[in-house]
Amino acid sequence: MSGSLGRAAAVLLRWGRGASGGGLRGPGVRAVGSGGGSGSAEQLDALVKKDKVVVFLKGTPEQPQCGFSNAVVQILRLHGVSDYAAYNVLDDPQLRQGIKDYSNWPTIPQVYLNGEFVGGCDILLQMHQNGDLVEELKKLGIRSALVDETKDQDSK
Amino acid sequence: MELSTEYLREKLQRGMEAEHVEVEDTTPNRCASSFRVLVVSSKFEGKPLLQRHRLVNTCLAEELPHIHAFEQKTLTPEQWARERQK
Repeated sequence: MSGSLGRAAAVLLRWGRGASGGGLRGPGVRAVGSGGGSGSAEQLDALVKKDKVVVFLKGTPEQPQCGFSNAVVQILRLHGVSDYAAYNVLDDPQLRQGIKDYSNWPTIPQVYLNGEFVGGCDILLQMHQNGDLVEELKKLGIRSALVDETKDQDSK
Repeated sequence: MELSTEYLREKLQRGMEAEHVEVEDTTPNRCASSFRVLVVSSKFEGKPLLQRHRLVNTCLAEELPHIHAFEQKTLTPEQWARERQK
């Protein structure tokens, strides 16, 4: 999937105005290793509700193993969302299948806000582009970093 | 399972009663395992993104397990018209 990966990276470069490279990991990002056996609906229900922002990735926020998972990490970073729980489905086949069944969504990454399934990479990207993500984060009491940034610039 | 862009295009066209469908093979070597689709359908009207994408996922439920990466864009005819004017 290196082609898609390259393209996703290109998309990110376009968003990435002013965003520095370097440490991807915000102070509060928890890459959570699952203790195995995390495939049942009840367990997943508790998992997605435990934190305000929960993502299921291929890889970790520091080292995403897939362009789409990377895109999700980068979007959150752009918005200054540093406190979220990230689960690596590559560590746990049960989790990988279980979360797909739980959300009735066929692909990884998956994003949950306030325990609600939001979508995958495409949806998060479009929410980022049309401003919905800023609003959704606001509902969670999270102020997007982009709100402050756009104030300093002329409207794009 | 061999998937072709044309096969997916026709299936989406029929299943989504789509006005317009574009399917692009995004696999680096065109081995048909990654796709990006654009679906324009009046079925999307009044539906949030998540529901639109779910409709497309349902339409391709048999095929998706064989697809490695799948990107989708879902527009109503009105949104599509606006997009083309840009």
